[in-house]
Amino acid sequence: MNLRRDVFQAIADPTRRAILLLVTSHSMTAGAIASNFDTARPTVSKHLKILTECELLQQTQNGREVHYTINAERMREVAEFIEPFIKMWDDRFNKLEDIMKNYKPEN
Amino acid sequence: MELKTKINAEDGKQELVITRDFDLPVSLLFKAYIEPGIVEQWMGTKVLKLENKKHGGYQFETSDTKGNVVLQINGAIHEYIPNQKITRTFEMENSPFAVQLEFLEFEALTENTSKLTMQIVYKSNALRDQMMQLPFKQGINMAHNRLQEIVNKLK
Repeated sequence: MNLRRDVFQAIADPTRRAILLLVTSHSMTAGAIASNFDTARPTVSKHLKILTECELLQQTQNGREVHYTINAERMREVAEFIEPFIKMWDDRFNKLEDIMKNYKPEN
Repeated sequence: MELKTKINAEDGKQELVITRDFDLPVSLLFKAYIEPGIVEQWMGTKVLKLENKKHGGYQFETSDTKGNVVLQINGAIHEYIPNQKITRTFEMENSPFAVQLEFLEFEALTENTSKLTMQIVYKSNALRDQMMQLPFKQGINMAHNRLQEIVNKLK
């Protein structure tokens, strides 16, 4: 259960979500990832460490460089975990929108 | 399909922000929050009390298909500005979850579109995370219950 919570917190943070988005298309080095953010390099490193610990990111050694790639299977698991909460609100708001589109004042 | 509802929950904080754009004029969006009959429809709950004013309060009650009350919600209204703002507390009665504070902001984007920003502040960061996980756990419980029902029928 602890591991679950850590993963949940990992994706709840906007910077870490942005990092995950960045590496979805191709693998990147820590430096390349950090260059996309205004935050200090050590801060980005900290985020990468958390994401790696939660197994959302995988590290691969490429010569002297370490590349980060996304762990697609793990991401799917997590999406399932947080999705019901977002889905609950989205369903509610869709319903609200439908009802009000058909709303006719009584007077 | 991308959901129209966005939720931002920053690491370590005890709050989250839900945002949603609606294809509705802001007045209709606001109305959905203040007309008891409409609230009942989209929230799927019974409205026992809804006093739309400063120092007002509200009370909702949700029942299961057999008519047993499964959830009672109440809160106090602290700020009320029509078509702009509702600040209220939210409490689930007989639950271990502490009361939460909700800031609802309604804004017009265009004549026919509007935006809702809902900031929810919880007693702690742990409680916020617990609340976000609730629908997931309920989903699992429901799946287990359905399974149990099927198994019972097989006996």
